[in-house]
Amino acid sequence: MRPFTYARPESAAAAVRAFMAAGAGAHYIAGGTSLYDLMKLDIEKPQHLIDVTTIRGLDAIETNGERLRFEALAPMSAVATDKVVLRDYPILAEALWKAASQQLRNMATVGGNLLQRTRCLYFRNGAGGTSVGNTYPCNKREPGSGCAAIGGLDRGQAVLGQSSSCTAVSPGDWPVALVALDAYVEVLGAGGSRAIPIAELYRLPGSTPNLEFTLQPGEMITAIVVPKTKAGRHSTYHKIRDRESYAFALASAAVALDMDGDTVTRARIGLGGVATKPWRATAAEALLAGKPLTPATALAAGHAAFADAKAGQHNGFKIELGARTVADALTIAAARNRS
Amino acid sequence: MPDMEHLLGVPLTRRTALGGTAALTASSVISESDPAIAAPLTKPVGVRMAIRTTVNGKAVPVEIDVRTSLLDLLREQLHLTGAKKGCDHGQCGACTVHVDGRRVASCLTLAAKVDGRAVTTIEGLADGKTLHPMQQAFIDHDALQCGYCTPGQIMAAVACVREGNATSKDRIREYMSGNICRCGAYVGIVAAIEQVAGREKV
Ligand SMILES: Cc1cc2nc3c(=O)[nH]c(=O)nc-3n(C[C@H](O)[C@H](O)[C@H](O)COP(=O)(O)OP(=O)(O)OC[C@H]3O[C@@H](n4cnc5c(N)ncnc54)[C@H](O)[C@@H]3O)c2cc1C
Ligand code: FES
Ligand code: FES
Repeated sequence: MRPFTYARPESAAAAVRAFMAAGAGAHYIAGGTSLYDLMKLDIEKPQHLIDVTTIRGLDAIETNGERLRFEALAPMSAVATDKVVLRDYPILAEALWKAASQQLRNMATVGGNLLQRTRCLYFRNGAGGTSVGNTYPCNKREPGSGCAAIGGLDRGQAVLGQSSSCTAVSPGDWPVALVALDAYVEVLGAGGSRAIPIAELYRLPGSTPNLEFTLQPGEMITAIVVPKTKAGRHSTYHKIRDRESYAFALASAAVALDMDGDTVTRARIGLGGVATKPWRATAAEALLAGKPLTPATALAAGHAAFADAKAGQHNGFKIELGARTVADALTIAAARNRS
Repeated sequence: MPDMEHLLGVPLTRRTALGGTAALTASSVISESDPAIAAPLTKPVGVRMAIRTTVNGKAVPVEIDVRTSLLDLLREQLHLTGAKKGCDHGQCGACTVHVDGRRVASCLTLAAKVDGRAVTTIEGLADGKTLHPMQQAFIDHDALQCGYCTPGQIMAAVACVREGNATSKDRIREYMSGNICRCGAYVGIVAAIEQVAGREKV
């Protein structure tokens, strides 16, 4: 691993100052479960690490008031077991506890989770690192080098949002649930603070898949804010994997429903495991509005969510799997907290 | 392991066990400059940092290279080889230890992060000669074959019970899924955890 300097600021403002002063090669590190992992693979090569986990009081979980507010350094395991989150927002709790393992959730922060990088095999394993030995082109890792996944072993790749430069899946579960609930992040940068809707935090790969987020250099996520909604009670994060636990999603659906009896007044649907960024299935949402939730409408919504999907060589199964994952998620969410 | 240490009269580490000849053989086959098999960092060579951590109840002031993982610090510098390196990428759980009472993957924890914190490893679990109830339960239930995953399994299992996540077989399986056992000793592992969760305070 390449050498780097290591700083531990005591406040968010000091962290931003340290970042700006360090210049090129500066990187924040929170739990390190994505960044340190990729440093070992020689994919991330920071020259200066700024450890934000020593900042005091940036891990609060606030559930009173109009909004849920999770400060960036709250561990995934803490938010997943918050009483209000568990009771009123199963969509959020499930997106967290179905991710990674308890060891990793104790280390990983809810802020860092939003910025984890893809698990695309060619991105992760193609840098010629110690445990791999081989090199593969990857436009995300090395802009302009090409994409080995296109025409390659693409079983895990995206069917929505891909470009001719990149088909890598956005890996996180938590961002998918947050997109469905119209959450936003608060960020602090050299120019002050601002709020960014979660959906706008992510870029489509287009011709620059190396640029994944819309944060400016030095901008730090300080909190995640979720507007409260009654739909949280009719919600789920449904995740389908190659094994039952401790695996990334092949397909997942984050669903929250406003219901009037059996009728869906409004549906919110996010898709994971199938797209190049946390995906909002607006066509499926529109199809359900005002309709009763039945097995037929649920499946129709699932198919609407994948109407624009395009398969590569080995990932065509994700389209039908994804549609049925949405249908199942709708059924689970609708059955919750009926009173 | 404690028995062997008695026999040999020295703390047994992989390094003393392998000795110098093995290292010689290896270096004659593979060039030392090959980055793929760079020797683990036993002495700081990059940016150095002095940290103070508590390991198994003992204060440990130590100088590290900031790149060092907690796992390498424990194994290579402190010679606590109980925590194992299975994957070095957070994927297997063999390196599980507790930091301030919570289980973590030590391979993905920067050693610098345990400055001022308390680390507990498998070596710190027994009370003198009395095994921790979870260690005893693993023996009672034959919850291992080769034993490579076992220190990580036991550290994760103790945390699983303390967290209150050992309330049913299904929940134990879910909350132990971060620990892979290639020998497939899962049935015994789940039974051992159920035994401890059912009757002891851990
Ligand atoms: C074996 C394994 C399995 C996993 N399985 C899953 C899974 O099933 N589902 C899932 O969703 N995730 C999974 N993960 C990923 C894991 O959830 C993420 O790695 C983790 O959430 C990242 O959080 P962190 O705090 O460790 O981030 P870090 O690794 O510290 O940081 C990640 C990135 O975010 C930046 N960053 C961190 N905090 C901030 C901040 N506050 N402001 C600005 N930038 C910041 C860092 O600079 C870095 O670029 C898995 C990881 C592993 C190793
Ligand atoms: S060695 Fe740490 S999880 Fe495998
Ligand atoms: S006992 Fe051999 S890997 Fe688990």
